[in-house]
Amino acid sequence: MSAPASSAPAISVNGLRVAYGSREVLHGLTFEVRRGETMVVIGGSGSGKSTLLRTLVGLEKPSSGEVHINGVDVAKAGPRELDTVRKKIGLAFQGGALIGSLSVGENIALALREHTALAPNTIEVMVRIKLEQVGLSGFENYTPSQLSGGMRKRAAFARAMAMDPEILFFDEPSAGLDPITAAGIDDLILNLKKAYSMSIVVVTHELASAFLIADRIILIDRGDIAAIGPVDEIRKSTHPRVRQFLDRIADSTQDEEVDHMRMFTEGIK
Amino acid sequence: MAFVAEVGATAERSAAYVGGLAHLFAKSLRLLFSSPLKRNRGFQRAVHQAMVAGVGAIPIISLITFFVGVIIALQGAYQLQRLGAIQLVASLVSISITRELGPLVAAIVVIGRSGSAFAAEIGTMRVTEELDALETMALDPVAFLVVPKFAAMAVMMPCLTLWSDLMGVLGGCLFGVVSGSFTFGSYLIATRDVLVMHDVTTGLIKSLVFGLIITAVGCQEGFATGVGPEEVGRSTTSAVVVSIFLVIVVDLFFTTLFYLARGTS
Repeated sequence: MSAPASSAPAISVNGLRVAYGSREVLHGLTFEVRRGETMVVIGGSGSGKSTLLRTLVGLEKPSSGEVHINGVDVAKAGPRELDTVRKKIGLAFQGGALIGSLSVGENIALALREHTALAPNTIEVMVRIKLEQVGLSGFENYTPSQLSGGMRKRAAFARAMAMDPEILFFDEPSAGLDPITAAGIDDLILNLKKAYSMSIVVVTHELASAFLIADRIILIDRGDIAAIGPVDEIRKSTHPRVRQFLDRIADSTQDEEVDHMRMFTEGIK
Repeated sequence: MAFVAEVGATAERSAAYVGGLAHLFAKSLRLLFSSPLKRNRGFQRAVHQAMVAGVGAIPIISLITFFVGVIIALQGAYQLQRLGAIQLVASLVSISITRELGPLVAAIVVIGRSGSAFAAEIGTMRVTEELDALETMALDPVAFLVVPKFAAMAVMMPCLTLWSDLMGVLGGCLFGVVSGSFTFGSYLIATRDVLVMHDVTTGLIKSLVFGLIITAVGCQEGFATGVGPEEVGRSTTSAVVVSIFLVIVVDLFFTTLFYLARGTS
């Protein structure tokens, strides 16, 4: 494998702009994710953090700027080149996004079956190992619809790890889960971090979880990077938007917007 | 003037839509021969689709075309009786079934069963991010989902059409025997005498094109699904409506073509 020197960043983003139609969502982001590092992207709803994640894995095309994963520009790569990059990454979607027509085991085996020449019984063993890692032993033959939300997320983790990726992406791993299950998911990510030297990118709005699992944190605010740095640095930051986010202070402008809306709707009545 | 502009815009949208179908078909054809995915696993998926969309449709297609055969015989006899030519019922049924109604009825049943299902399946996968998941696993959704469907439908539609031709003729036969004008054997002989290979093959050619259209429209509608579960319903409905429309248009086109080709030769 032609892995670049370990000093080269796993992901390097340069002047990334993404727009949906005429509305620009990300206004020129520049940052790096180092090898073996856990980078947590936090930000409010609509801040553009999910768009950032989708762009990193090539699901959205940037309007300008570069996204290098393992040295390949994802935005300009051809389909075959993009596939080569994608075989080295794993993405666990927010809702799991397990293929509904396949069993949990088949979901995890899918990429292995299509992209490797491994024997069926080897794949079976690997599926069992991956499921055990996420605490879902014995659930191979369940369909995704038979699993609870938390289990589906775990199964999605197992699928993301199936190909032993170099970079793992998590989209809102603890969103919509009860505190105990969410803590379990955090532990799982911490264990993965310890056990493998993967680079991990987590997008979340759960602050407690972010501080627990992160090496470094990026705070995205309205499509810009408000702050980036190690956990302690972010925690002590005096940047007003960072403080507001960390201290859970409501946006006063949002209240004004609500008032404005109310004025309109009452006017209609 | 606004009306003219509207007509122009609609024509443009329609052309873009048909272009999209052609693009999807061309991409699938390319992926069929240079698939990045494992060939034997793709074949398994195609067989699965063929079982669901093709074999699963046999009972309902049998029943419907059988009844259509009886109906054509009844309607035909109503007129032919007055001319004392009730013997021609067998020709009427066999020609109208093999050239037209067999392929058409089979297509419409398949639209209802499978065209809608394709749109719903792919549309749901769009809504639940399963399509995105396939992409991030380096599995092209077109190669993974669409190619097996095209392959299955290209084989199964002509098969279903042959079967529905047979059932239609048997429907006509039931009338022939019950009305006392034919015996079972003499009806089949009358059918054999009037049918030429051309009648059956034109129907089969049409059915192949119908199968490709149904798949392309179903899948394209699925991929075009927007955000939210209600969008899946919209895609499914529009897959059915658009497929029926396009199948009729293509039917008209081919029937005209076959008619003209027959006239000049």
